[in-house]
Amino acid sequence: MEKFILKYFTLIRTLIAILVGIIISIVLIYLISEMPAYSVKQFLLGPFLSKGRFANVIENASPMIFCGVAIAIAFQAKQFNVGAEGALFLSAAVGTAFAVSTHMPTVLHIIMVLIVAGATGAIWGFIPGILKAKWGASELVASLMMNYIAYFGGLYLINSFFRDKDAGFLVSIRLPETAWLPQFIPGTRLHLGILLAVIFAFLGYYYLYHTNSGYEIRTTGNNQKFARFAGINVVKVVILAQVLSGMIAGIGGMTEIMGIHRRFNWQMTPGYGWDGVIVAIIGRNHPILIIFAALFLSYLRVGGQILNLMADVPSELVLVIQSIIIILITAEAFLSTWKNKITIKEAERVEVGNESFAK
Amino acid sequence: MENILEVKDITMVYPTGVIANKEVSMDIKQNTIHAIVGENGAGKSTLMNVIFGKIHPQEGEVFYKGQKVNFKNPNYAIKAGIGMVHQHLMLAQDLTVAENMILGIEPKKGKIFLDTANALKITREVSKKYGLDVPVDKKIKDLPIGVRQRVEILKALFRNAELLILDEPTAVLTPQETEILFETLLKLKEKGKTILFISHKLSEVKSLADNVTVMRDTKVITTQSAAKLSEEQIAHLMVGRDINSARIPDPKDTGNIKLSVRDLSYIDKENIQILQNINFDIKKGEILGIAGVEGNGQSELISILTGLLMPTSGTVTVDNNSIIGLSPRQIRELRISHIPEDRMENGVADAASLEENFIADRYYKPGFSNKGKLNWKYIKDYSKDLIKRFNILTQSSKTAVGALSGGNIQKAVVARELSSEPELIIAAQPTRGVDIGSEELIHDLLKDARDEGKAIFLISADLDEILKLSTRIIVIYDGQITNHFKDVSNISGIDLGPYMLGVKKEEGASGKIYS
Repeated sequence: MEKFILKYFTLIRTLIAILVGIIISIVLIYLISEMPAYSVKQFLLGPFLSKGRFANVIENASPMIFCGVAIAIAFQAKQFNVGAEGALFLSAAVGTAFAVSTHMPTVLHIIMVLIVAGATGAIWGFIPGILKAKWGASELVASLMMNYIAYFGGLYLINSFFRDKDAGFLVSIRLPETAWLPQFIPGTRLHLGILLAVIFAFLGYYYLYHTNSGYEIRTTGNNQKFARFAGINVVKVVILAQVLSGMIAGIGGMTEIMGIHRRFNWQMTPGYGWDGVIVAIIGRNHPILIIFAALFLSYLRVGGQILNLMADVPSELVLVIQSIIIILITAEAFLSTWKNKITIKEAERVEVGNESFAK
Repeated sequence: MENILEVKDITMVYPTGVIANKEVSMDIKQNTIHAIVGENGAGKSTLMNVIFGKIHPQEGEVFYKGQKVNFKNPNYAIKAGIGMVHQHLMLAQDLTVAENMILGIEPKKGKIFLDTANALKITREVSKKYGLDVPVDKKIKDLPIGVRQRVEILKALFRNAELLILDEPTAVLTPQETEILFETLLKLKEKGKTILFISHKLSEVKSLADNVTVMRDTKVITTQSAAKLSEEQIAHLMVGRDINSARIPDPKDTGNIKLSVRDLSYIDKENIQILQNINFDIKKGEILGIAGVEGNGQSELISILTGLLMPTSGTVTVDNNSIIGLSPRQIRELRISHIPEDRMENGVADAASLEENFIADRYYKPGFSNKGKLNWKYIKDYSKDLIKRFNILTQSSKTAVGALSGGNIQKAVVARELSSEPELIIAAQPTRGVDIGSEELIHDLLKDARDEGKAIFLISADLDEILKLSTRIIVIYDGQITNHFKDVSNISGIDLGPYMLGVKKEEGASGKIYS
């Protein structure tokens, strides 16, 4: 039993953190709601009660997965590049501009648009990367500031040159149908981009854990001095991690436009880049775990919306749960006494075992 | 004689699950010098930290002057009259000796301002009282390590320490400085103090201690009068078997020059001259040892040789080809391996597994990977083989390196660096913090490598190690070579000491080429 707990400690800790977050939210619902039992039921079970809602959970998870994997690759190299939001926004804008200005057969068009979006994101990741590698500029600050540039730059591009003047609000011209990602279940907006998100998560996992380049990224993140000592070109690695991060976020942003909106309709940044940070933390920077983390966060969000609509509890409650879970997961000391006790018990047991064996 | 300190049945388990002390009991008699000896990892430092209130054991009791004590933290221990001198001295580098002395108990002028004159006066008085000479108005960073240590001892005495604990005090000292320290300790004993010191140098124990406690594998083996035990007997008790500390025989013949360093100088960012006109050669089949107190340019020299640092001027050639400007990987490709002096900083990624650490310099080579894809099965088998050959104690090859003991981490580093089929091995502190058994293993491996015709550059703060392994020795002080010993068989630490301290310097030594 102790051995089992030690082996899966981080996972168990994450689950307990989630549980604590949910318990606290239930307590909060009971404090503010006139009909607490109904509210709790809507919140926790609501997302599963109709096909549409459940599809919502999945389609919302898709950009979170993209951004989570993007952030995880940068984080694994210990580069705190939080530019996924900017890369996603700008890439979607540039990709849209490309899509509406070109004519190609459908599959080729989709691929080309995704390449353009990915390249835009890659360039966007390259800038903080090279600033860090050459001049030691903090990638955290650089990527944060660049999010603003991406936001206003993207809006300028769409609103000035590709605005749909017939629409009653600020949106781009509709994408040609050749650049649409097909939706495949009637009555829902589930689209091919979701499948792409899962594929990218698996590719990200394979890349990080089974390729030389991924090994270089993880080793550099573990101990940069050691990586340099062993002969790894850490400057290259630091830049590469951020380029890949930007690229994946960029593709993620574009699939949202191609799969759901079919035109660039963001006037605010959608926030998926920040959700990416959250799911990367919950999923401990592991691409496969990030799929589950994104589904979970998406489930909470949809639950919150239902709560807002059907009951008398504001959806901001979700933010409270989210914050509690993240604080508990990142707090090193959370449950550490418990872990210490088990470790010591286990060590003594092994010791006794060894001694009796020696006799 | 009364016991000033008694520890009874101490059991200490660290949160990592490592058992450091197991039912340890020991009595320290008042007004004696008491030595604790044992291999690294035997639990000596842990026991000292328990006594000093730094960590708290799961079981057991400590009695000080007959009373049961349970110090919440070191401040309580200091108040009770226990002083501790750490191996890595705990002094404020930018403050003067006097300012360090009065730290925390400052004399004040008008209750607000520091009374500097008074601080100097107090320090002089304490210094005189115990006959320990220190330059009261000099900054700590400008003093040699031996004097710094004296300041730390005085600091403890100034806080009325009755029992003084010294954690491996001689590990950082030259032989001359060690002698001065011993005189100091004997003086303090005359003044009625009790001294408890940790060591693993047995000659020191014999010449200084009244009583000796031997620890092995987290337990106390025995406590006896030092006069009754011979050095060999103590060594035997420490490791549980006989050990061989004799100098290895010189190589039968040496080959061509492998590494050649000419007029190498390095000036750092703050414009301080770290290395000046370094010249030497290393031949195939020999071990060149570099003796010197740490911080005299050795680290920078190693960094230059391994491509981690660019020299200001001078040349370094391997097989007559310059390696200046090559990347660490290009240098490694020339079959040069490097055991780094600080294993946690440069030697391993501690959160990564043993497997991942083993392949750090070779993951891209055939076998380990194919077309950019890692072959984990091959890596696993390869790692298991290294673990077996280098006797690394671990649960599996997937265990995180950080979860291993210091000695096993060092063995993992040595395993990686010696298994890359090197022609030139730069070995910095290759046995720092490893137990005697592992030390012997690593020494044997280095000797075997030498006998296979490999060139070895040995950098070590441990003079015994330098003297045991080196074919030739150069001595470095303040970034310059101060002497060269071609024949090592007849010299001892005493001969090297003056050159390590810069007191003596061979005529024109810095410009000479040593080969």
